[in-house]
Amino acid sequence: MLKAMQCVIERDLRLYFQHWGECLIPVLFLILVVSLFPMALGSEPKLLARIAPAVIWIAVVLSLLMSLESVFRQDYQEGSLAQIVLSPYPLSILLLGKLIAHWIMVGLPLLVLAPFLNILLQGSSEGLGVLGLTLIFGIPTLSLIGSIGAALTIGLPNGGSLLAVLVLPIMMPIVIFGTCALTAATEGVAFYSELYVLAALFILTLVLGPVALSNAVRASLA
Amino acid sequence: MQLEQVWRNGMNRFLHRLGSLQVAYQMAGLCLPWFSTLCVLMMVYGVVGGLFLAPPDVEQGDAFRMIYIHVPSAFLSLMIYGVIFVNSVVYLVWHIKLADITAKCSASVGATYTIIALFSGALWGKPMWGTWWIWDARLTSELILLFLYMGYMGLRNAIREPKRAAKASAILAVIGMVDIPIIHFSVEWWATLHQGATLAKFSKPSIASEMLYPLLAMLGAFILFYVALLCVRVRVEILKRERKTQWVQAGFAAQGSGAA
Repeated sequence: MLKAMQCVIERDLRLYFQHWGECLIPVLFLILVVSLFPMALGSEPKLLARIAPAVIWIAVVLSLLMSLESVFRQDYQEGSLAQIVLSPYPLSILLLGKLIAHWIMVGLPLLVLAPFLNILLQGSSEGLGVLGLTLIFGIPTLSLIGSIGAALTIGLPNGGSLLAVLVLPIMMPIVIFGTCALTAATEGVAFYSELYVLAALFILTLVLGPVALSNAVRASLA
Repeated sequence: MQLEQVWRNGMNRFLHRLGSLQVAYQMAGLCLPWFSTLCVLMMVYGVVGGLFLAPPDVEQGDAFRMIYIHVPSAFLSLMIYGVIFVNSVVYLVWHIKLADITAKCSASVGATYTIIALFSGALWGKPMWGTWWIWDARLTSELILLFLYMGYMGLRNAIREPKRAAKASAILAVIGMVDIPIIHFSVEWWATLHQGATLAKFSKPSIASEMLYPLLAMLGAFILFYVALLCVRVRVEILKRERKTQWVQAGFAAQGSGAA
């Protein structure tokens, strides 16, 4: 079973490497969205430092949404998603493998980029570690939720905007806890409780998410 | 033993009949006048008792009367999401078509109640708090609930194929229901972090009975209105889906010739 998941991960990674330019798009999008804020608000360092955590989090959510929109599209069009559904292995495990590959190629670069964006926005260096920690838990949780939305909207016209409408309300608690932890950290207050809640939400979605995801894929392919 | 057998047989037959859309159509038609009559009666009592007979509030004056619209619609907005959730689970497990139809027909009613709750809250907030909107925990949760409704309806509208639409939106409803307590908890957390105890924390004194009974009547009336509306909408939806079957065509033919 784990072997099958490994196969899916390897296959997806190979595909990502063949089209590695596509993996750069979410990263570029993240940088662009973040750099829009100083241009719109002015470059006053105090203001930028205050909004830095929120801006980075929102930009991460948006670029994840954008990349998740097409996470199943290619496989659906060429029919390999149907093959995955038909395979004797549990669908939720195989889909989790796809998401792990997606995390390696998209989530991880976003995570690596976040500290640099923090510098770009004059964010405090004390908040840096906490930013990384919240994103470590936050990005996989957001991807799991977003992928369920992507599975429900496979093959629909204007699925992208629909995906955002479906998934953003469900993502709100994660954004709230992520930014709350960061606000607490920059103010020098204890932020562990928010981090624990984030971690708990991550584990909850890790357990329940793949089940919902496999059902969503089945519903869309039926 | 035998009694149990009889009971089980009868129960099975009842459930099976409920699964038949024709029976559901007729039952909804039978119940509709009762629900609507009761609804009108309760609403008349609630409106007269609440808007005219109940004394004005000591602190809020006449503005408190918004409660007779606001509280029932806020209650209904959550209750209807619960109804959609239950029906979605029933549909996912047993594939009962009626459950899907009920969920579909409930969604827009629930969304409308959510909008009414938000608007009536804003109208009440203007004279009371001096602002139409504050990012209070309860208001924010209600707003996110509206987004959930919109997403649900959007997904349903976007999918042409009825079976896929039913399944996909049922899955979404279940996920949303799991998320609602988390949203509520997170928003409460967020609101306490960003603003201290403000006027949003309205400590409600125990309510006088002349005010309470009309409120309960209005709550009952709103629920009955929803149920009655659901009956009408379910009947229309059944006719739409079963338009190619014999019983619907026979019914229309009879109506067309003036016999019914």
